[in-house]
Amino acid sequence: MADLLAPQLSAETPAPDWLEARRLAGKAAWESSHLPTRKTEDWKYTSLFALKQPFTAATESSESAQEIGLDLPQLSGSRLVFVNGFWREDLSELVPDAAIELLRFAEADEEQARLISEHLGSIVPNSKHPFSTLNDAVLSEGVFLRILADSKAAFPVQLVWHNSEQTDAAINSQRLLVLAEQRSEATVVEHFSGQGHSFTNGLSELILEAGAKLDHSRLHLESADALHIGGLHAGLNRDATLNSFHVAFGGKLKRVDVVINHRGRGAHCQLDGMYLLCGQEHMDYHTCIEHAEPQCTTDETFRGIIGDKARGVFNGRIHIHPDAQKTRAELSNKNLLTSSTAQVNTKPELEIYADDVQCAHGATVAQLDESMLHYLRTRGIPSDEALILLSYGFINALVEKQRLEPLRDYLKPRLAEYFGSAISAEPDYAAS
Amino acid sequence: MLSIKDLHAEVEGKNILNGLNLEIRAGEVHAIMGPNGSGKSTLGHVLSGRPGYEITQGSVEFLSKDLLTLDTEERAHLGLFLAFQYPVEIPGVSNMEFLKASVDAVRESQGAATYDTVSFMRRAREACAAVDLDQAFLKRGVNEGFSGGEKKRNEIMQMMLLEPRLCILDETDSGLDIDALRVVASGVNGMRSEPRSFLLVTHYQRLLDYIEPDFVHVLADGRIIKSGEKSLALELEEKGYSWLDESEVA
Repeated sequence: MADLLAPQLSAETPAPDWLEARRLAGKAAWESSHLPTRKTEDWKYTSLFALKQPFTAATESSESAQEIGLDLPQLSGSRLVFVNGFWREDLSELVPDAAIELLRFAEADEEQARLISEHLGSIVPNSKHPFSTLNDAVLSEGVFLRILADSKAAFPVQLVWHNSEQTDAAINSQRLLVLAEQRSEATVVEHFSGQGHSFTNGLSELILEAGAKLDHSRLHLESADALHIGGLHAGLNRDATLNSFHVAFGGKLKRVDVVINHRGRGAHCQLDGMYLLCGQEHMDYHTCIEHAEPQCTTDETFRGIIGDKARGVFNGRIHIHPDAQKTRAELSNKNLLTSSTAQVNTKPELEIYADDVQCAHGATVAQLDESMLHYLRTRGIPSDEALILLSYGFINALVEKQRLEPLRDYLKPRLAEYFGSAISAEPDYAAS
Repeated sequence: MLSIKDLHAEVEGKNILNGLNLEIRAGEVHAIMGPNGSGKSTLGHVLSGRPGYEITQGSVEFLSKDLLTLDTEERAHLGLFLAFQYPVEIPGVSNMEFLKASVDAVRESQGAATYDTVSFMRRAREACAAVDLDQAFLKRGVNEGFSGGEKKRNEIMQMMLLEPRLCILDETDSGLDIDALRVVASGVNGMRSEPRSFLLVTHYQRLLDYIEPDFVHVLADGRIIKSGEKSLALELEEKGYSWLDESEVA
């Protein structure tokens, strides 16, 4: 394994002193940890071979949004943009919203620093996620979003981490902490994009206090050569509701661990995800839902389309602890393979230690429905075009579930582009 | 326009159609009635080219072409339309996207110019209003979560937009309340014209109160056992299918 730490430590990003202890602990943990190999069950289908190359420190870019290919959903509200790990004030926008505090760690006042210190890493089990210790070790330009108790954010908040084309493979780490206080409501979109072959380690933590509602999306729209190993960890307290939506297009090696902890009675999580792979791309979603308390619910749906020589991996674990009576948890993963050389490894894992629960799970490599295909053909749509339309529908059904309309409008033409020109996705269809 | 001769077809090795003959000329409206299991729906499926239905004997000519050698979509391009008894739900594909793809494909195949987005949307909205469906149905997934009646209205809307030469309605009336039945009937009646023909497949006479057929046929055991004018439907309604079982078949 190449040295993933030193180049990042040499990068000149501002790092507040009060994070120093965490950085040192992370460094020590990273240096003593063993990286997973294919023999590690959780990494059986994902090789870290692509990380065996020298990485350089990411460098600051002052290029324009157009020059670096920045293309974002048109959301109202605040937006923080980082390019190559460096904050770009000129591309960012802060819209006043009394319900939220949005800041970089470096800007935190004493109270905010205290809250960050209290919650950061509180729900990430480092032992299971070695890359989170790497993230800790270089912790600097993190983002803290606090939604104040009993308030509702007026606008969605957008966090953008973009990599520009750099000569050498650069490495950087991103960190987000969202603290949704009691009975607060907000929408947050994480956006990873870029050019070139950078390696990104994006770690996000969502803390939902009692009764909080958070609508969250995490978009991985990086280039086909990008490397990303990241994690999303959420803790849901009593009656909290999290909608979390994940989108991944390609990447040479991408692995995202999504871990949802139901930590209070009556919490609900809707988790949707989609991955669209082609070329030689590799995407690995590992999801884990920990039901530790009673009466919590989970609805999880992931769908993938895998073409060419790409490979998709999906592992969906639902762990129902002995006290988690009256749990309702459903997990579905469906995959479409569009070439004979495409591969998917999908596995649901249910571990149930409570007796009064309702659980359903299914993981399939799906065929397109014959009756749908016939129906379209009776309407004159040729079979090749009908197959594309059905594949599009298979994925778009998940997009349609999402509440944030500008996000749907942003994704639909991208889906259409992926599926080819057979799909009409002029935005005026949606807007009419 | 449509000439079916001695048609035999089977599904999963079981004979369903056993020597069916039918002639439909341009501008005519035919009704095929018959009890459950007589092969009514099979006829629609066979004419649409549904996989799993095997023709073992006979011929079908549609507008002077050998229909049975054509792919399903080619039949649609030629002007054949089947309104499904059970329209299929396609989540994730909006009705509007579907309608545009369908009308574009049919018009392209006929060498006609495709509609631009704006004028197509106007046509679609008009068709939607004509079958008394809310415009919101254009944005929803194809038939997704539609009630039985809404699905049937959606079929008629597609028929209006595609302007086919031969419209086959497979038990479009089943499960419809009286309002929906009127909407479906007025959709069909509004489309009746000299070059266009209809084949109504139905279990009940009720539909024929609203759409007046030129000819009525009775299907039993996979072939037509009696043909007549519209009065035959009334007679059937009165006496039941068993009347024919006794008088004609035995």
